[in-house]
Order: sequence, then C-alpha cells, then structure tokens
Amino acid sequence: MDFVTQLLIAAITAGTPLLLATLGGILNERAGIIQLGAEGLMLMGAVTTCIVFIRTENLGAALLASVGVTAALGLVHAFLSITLRANQTMSGLAMTLFGSGFSAYLGKSISGNPLPGMLPRLHLDFLKPVPVIGDIFGNLDVLTWFSFVLVIVLHLLIHRTSWGLHLRAVGDSPATADVMGVHVRLIRYGYVTVGAMLIGLAGADMVLTVAPTWNEGLTAGRGWIAVGLVIFARWNPVRALLCAYFFGALDSLGFRMQLLGSAIPPYFLKMIPYVVTILVLMYLGYRNRNKPSGTPESLGVPYIREQRF
Amino acid sequence: MPWRLEFDSSRIRTPWWTPIVSVALALVLCAIFIYANGMNPVTVYSKMIKGAFGTSYGITETLVKAIPLLLCGLGIAVAYRISVWNIGAEGQLIVGAIAATAVTIYFPNLSGFWSILLMLIFGVAAGALWGLLTAIPKTHFGVNELITSLMLNYVALLALDYVTFGPWKDPQGFNMPGSPVFTDAQSLPVLGATRLHIGLIFALVAVVIYYLMIRFTRWGYELRLIGANPNAARYAGIHINRHIIIVMLISGGLAGLAGMAEVSGVSHKLMQGISPGYGYTAIIVAWLAKLNPLGLVVTSVLFGGLIVGGFSVQTIGLPSSISEMLQGAILFFLIAGDMVTRFRIRRGA
Repeated sequence: MDFVTQLLIAAITAGTPLLLATLGGILNERAGIIQLGAEGLMLMGAVTTCIVFIRTENLGAALLASVGVTAALGLVHAFLSITLRANQTMSGLAMTLFGSGFSAYLGKSISGNPLPGMLPRLHLDFLKPVPVIGDIFGNLDVLTWFSFVLVIVLHLLIHRTSWGLHLRAVGDSPATADVMGVHVRLIRYGYVTVGAMLIGLAGADMVLTVAPTWNEGLTAGRGWIAVGLVIFARWNPVRALLCAYFFGALDSLGFRMQLLGSAIPPYFLKMIPYVVTILVLMYLGYRNRNKPSGTPESLGVPYIREQRF
Repeated sequence: MPWRLEFDSSRIRTPWWTPIVSVALALVLCAIFIYANGMNPVTVYSKMIKGAFGTSYGITETLVKAIPLLLCGLGIAVAYRISVWNIGAEGQLIVGAIAATAVTIYFPNLSGFWSILLMLIFGVAAGALWGLLTAIPKTHFGVNELITSLMLNYVALLALDYVTFGPWKDPQGFNMPGSPVFTDAQSLPVLGATRLHIGLIFALVAVVIYYLMIRFTRWGYELRLIGANPNAARYAGIHINRHIIIVMLISGGLAGLAGMAEVSGVSHKLMQGISPGYGYTAIIVAWLAKLNPLGLVVTSVLFGGLIVGGFSVQTIGLPSSISEMLQGAILFFLIAGDMVTRFRIRRGA
C-alpha cells in the first residue's frame, strides 16, 4: 500500500469518532439546542464501554451500556435546557466537567487494562482485487460502516422527509412549528437524547479501534473538535463526513510524520488539528461575513410557549 | 390539572441560598456514587474536610490552591460580565508560567527585584496575548470563543510538553522533564515555613481593583450596561468589540499572573501538571460566586479546599478526580437551581 492509501485509511479510522460525534451534534443543534458537553459525553461513552466490556466480555452489552449512559446524560441536558430553560452553554460545560471527573473516577480501577477485543471487521474479499478501493473498504470495522449508513439516513431524514421538516422547523422557528401542531418539546427531547447517544458511541469507537484500553482523558479535546466540525459542516451530515475525515487525516498525518522521523518535534505536529480548527473557523467566518451562517435560527434560545412572535 | 408549574420571567434575581443548596445536593449525589462504589461517603467527606481545613498545614495548602483559582476566577468573571465565555484560563495560566520561566532561562543573573518584576511582566503579557488570540477571532471573524479558547488550552499544554521535554530540560534533572530549579532571586517570598506565597496579596489586590473598577468607573458602568442589554449598549454608542478585546486581555493577563505565581511561588520550576485544572475549576468558582468579588474570595477558598481534600482521599485508595466530579455536579445543580427558583406552583388550570 502506498502512503496516500495508508493515510486515507488512517483518516477514516481517526475520523469515524469525530464523524459520529459531529452527527450527534448536528441533530442536537438542528433541534435548536447547543451541545457543548460532547467531550464529557465521549469520555463517559468510552469509560462505560471499557468497564462493561472488561466485566462481561460482551461487546454488544458494552455498546448498549455506553449508549444507555449517554442517553441518560443527554436527558439531563435536555431537562435543563428545554424544561428549565437554563443556560445551554453552562449546562454543556457542566456536562464536560462532570464527564471528565466521573469517567476518571469510574475508570480508575481498569485504567491501562487491555480490553478483551476490538470492533469486528467486515472482510469484503470480493473487493480485494480492486486497487485502492479494495485496500480502503475491504477491511473496515462495523461502526465505520454504521457511520456511512448513518450519514445517508440522516441526510435523507433531514432534507427529504416530513420528520426532517419538523426537526428543522423546531430549530429555526419553534413558535411556527408549535402553531403547525408540532410537539416542540417532545421533538427537542428526542433529538437531544439521540444526539447524546451518538456522541457516546463516538467515545466507544475511540477505545474499540486503535488502542483498546482506557486512559484518563483519552479523548484529548476530540469532543471539542467535533463541536467545531458541526459549524464547518454547516449542520449538514454529508459535509460532516468530509470534514471529519479531513481532520482525521490531519490527526494521523502528525503521527505518521513522527514515525517517519520528521525533524519537527512531535509536540508541534500534535498541535496541528487544534490550530487548524481555529484557522478554518476564522476562514469560514471571514468568507461568510455577509452571508447567513446556516445556523439554526433559534439555536440556544429556549422556547417559551406563552411568548408568540 | 389541579396544579400547574408556571415560569415567572419577572424573577431575575435568584435567592441567596441557591448556591448553598446546589453544593449540598451535589454532595448528596456524589455520596450516592461513592456508596454504590462500596465506600462510606461519610468517611470520604470527613477525610476531605480534615485534609483541607483540619490542620494548619491543610489550611495553608488550601490557601495556596485558592490563589490561582481566585486570579483565574476573577479574569473569567470579568469576561462573563459581558457574556464572553472564556474557558481558556487553563491555557492562559500555562503560557504565563512558560513566559515567566523564559525569564529565568534567558536572564539568569538578575537581582531579586528585577527578576521577579520581569517574570511578572512576561507572565501577564503572555496570558494577555493568549487571551487576545481568542478575542480577535471572535470580534473580527465571528468565531465562537468557547471553541477557540479551549483549542488554545491544548496548544498551550503541548507547548509546555515541548519546553519541559526539549530545550529547557534540566541537565541535572536525572532525565525527568522540567526546567532547572529557580534560584532564590527567581522565587516569590513565602510566609514563614509554609508554602503560602505573596501571590495571595496579588490576588486580594486584584479583587479590590476589580470591585472598584466595576463599581465606580465609566468602564465598569459600560460593562454592566453591555451585560444587562447588549443591544441597548450598542445603540448607546458603546464599542462592544473593543470591550470584548479589553476583557479578554484582562482575563488572560490575570490567568497569566496566576501561572507566574505558580511557578515562581509554588513549584519553583516549570514542569508537567503545573495546573491540576485550575482554569476549569475557576469557571465554577466564578459562577458559584455569581461574579461577586467577595463571593469569589469565599468560593476560591472552598474549591481550594476541595482540591486539597481530593488529594487527601488518595490515602484511602480513591482517585483525586473525585473532586472534579463534585465540581461538575455542583455546576449542574447551580444552573438548575438558578432556573428552578423561577418557577412557581399555581393552583388551577
């Protein structure tokens, strides 16, 4: 395999958790709720997966548990921001703080222990003879395939179905949606919970692919990069896929240059994804300075039924 | 329905007791987790309290931890006044510590006064610059400051790794990462035989200045105006962007000062883990204090105690991250409490 093919595979591997978390964020924000707790949710998803997987040696149970725990945390965020109309920024920050502390507390006993397995891979032998495609798609794990399907499903859901119309209406103009007879709160609760589950799955994916073990704070800001990716992707699932792989590539490029014995110290290579996140956001902000940003119009604004506009 | 919950939007001020109730509920929630984990929560909490406030050593250690919390919390509070969500205090503290250490590396033979003064200037300037890197993308490119300031935390952390493993590594350090140990001329004066350093005075002076500036100057008035109603402030001709840049410079500068005080007053060398998450804890410190200066002093001592108490439970086999968990839970109940008290139960449909 040549360097580019290897880099593409690495980009998909490193990009899949980013993609899952970004899709979760898109669902949250399309429904009008900011989700800044992604980092904490990913950590909770990851630590739950590790604990249950080590205890039961059952991958399915581990994934279910991690999705269940993050769904519960998502409900907390939904309750605070939808029912109590609390500050969504602060609620997300609290989620991240609690998630990093609680995951470290829970994971203390299994820290560094190897997991009993990794994600199963789909060996598509019929693709093997095809040069580049075979190398890339012949040996991907099941969550990566799931993320491909999810991108298509979410794209169709958001842009081609009446459910998607309701979702967009709830995020852009909840008052109008309410008048149309759409149950604003119920839909918001639903998407915030499902979004949190996807972010939790992103954490599970991180520990089940490359280095199958728990380490405190192992997401290292990936959750926050996903929060940025939601903006790059302009709340669109297909663009989310491209953006996530771009960052996956950046992430693994640094690692690969290190392996190749680059003269640049590894610390600077590791800074690349963070610095590029800021630079791309600045570029997008500059380019779109006179255009509507594509942000759901009621993002972050609690909907209060008594106030009609 | 005979009973109804009603949201009363006229209640803006929350009662004084919500922070206290929030802390209590967070303690109960964490007690449940501790109990479920097979430990006795009463033992754990009493161990934490004893560790933090039970001995004179514990008390001075708590105050040592309160200094960076107070400085960072103050900076965060200034920015939050106009709804600039700086969560980059951690990175701003780290670059402050790096810049102060640069003085000791490049000007090793200065006298005590000039050395400390230069370290102060470098630390504050580096923190302020790091704050500016968050402010400019926000004001000129419309980039959300939460993402920028957090990304910069990771960049600062990697820069710290680079200098401590790389060019500044102490040749006499037995191959451990970290800068050479500071000389006496490069260290802040301490109180007697304790580790409590003069940074406490810096922090208290900063609190008084903050209070006076907010309360009695035109600048403070404009900040309060923007905080109360940004649109009205804009129509009144206040340059909001300029204020965003100023508050981020102050916010970063105070965190940079905290970083300088940490290296020069506590660790006496630049090393890994120079901050056990002071920048993040300071966010809660500022919120719990409701941005009030006196409240900031109280909450930073409380959270300093929480950090010291967190360390002291390690002796009974618990991780110190238990204090982080408590902090997150406190913040959850705090934001919930702010809103819950605005609901009223009404009888009738």
